[in-house]
Amino acid sequence: MNAISLPAWAELLVAVLLAAGGVIALIGSAGLLRLADFFQRLHASTLVNTLGALCVLAGSMLFFTLTARRLVLHEILIALLVALTAPVASMLLARATLYRTGHLPGHERS
Amino acid sequence: MTNLLAWAGAFATLCFTAGMGCAAIRLLKGPSAQDRVLALEVFYSNAMLLLVVLGVRLGSTLYFEIALLIALFGFVGTAAMAKFLLRGEVIEP
Repeated sequence: MNAISLPAWAELLVAVLLAAGGVIALIGSAGLLRLADFFQRLHASTLVNTLGALCVLAGSMLFFTLTARRLVLHEILIALLVALTAPVASMLLARATLYRTGHLPGHERS
Repeated sequence: MTNLLAWAGAFATLCFTAGMGCAAIRLLKGPSAQDRVLALEVFYSNAMLLLVVLGVRLGSTLYFEIALLIALFGFVGTAAMAKFLLRGEVIEP
């Protein structure tokens, strides 16, 4: 571990952001494992890419900004990339599933 | 880097590792192909966040670039596999 000391409020904030991101990502991943249907799993796994990634990247940005004593914003690149690509990937997967199964769950064709 | 931040980093690492475990189980036993693609997407997202947390824990910005590359190529892989499931081929003539 390095010897750079942060102010107490910043340390608490970074710790809370990292832990919250971990918990949210774990909830999303557990939902992926436990839920019954593909569309329900798609709904749960979005949590990892949106709120979990946002919390962790904000915590990392705060940490490096305060330890380097200047504005460090390179995590915005990842946040932007994830925010742009995650909906596209989910949309493609949902369309592929709809095409392969031919119907939405609960709307079976007779 | 005092005790609190070190504990939070260790906890986040544990959470992301458990999330990768969940995604790996779904990847192995997923009933359909799209479930496996979705599990792979969750797997690489968790790995990317794990690398960001590792960069905070070790105080190094080198891990950021690996996380960026994982995010980029993970999306390319997911999009290619979803396109393959949708149309039967990735690059159409």
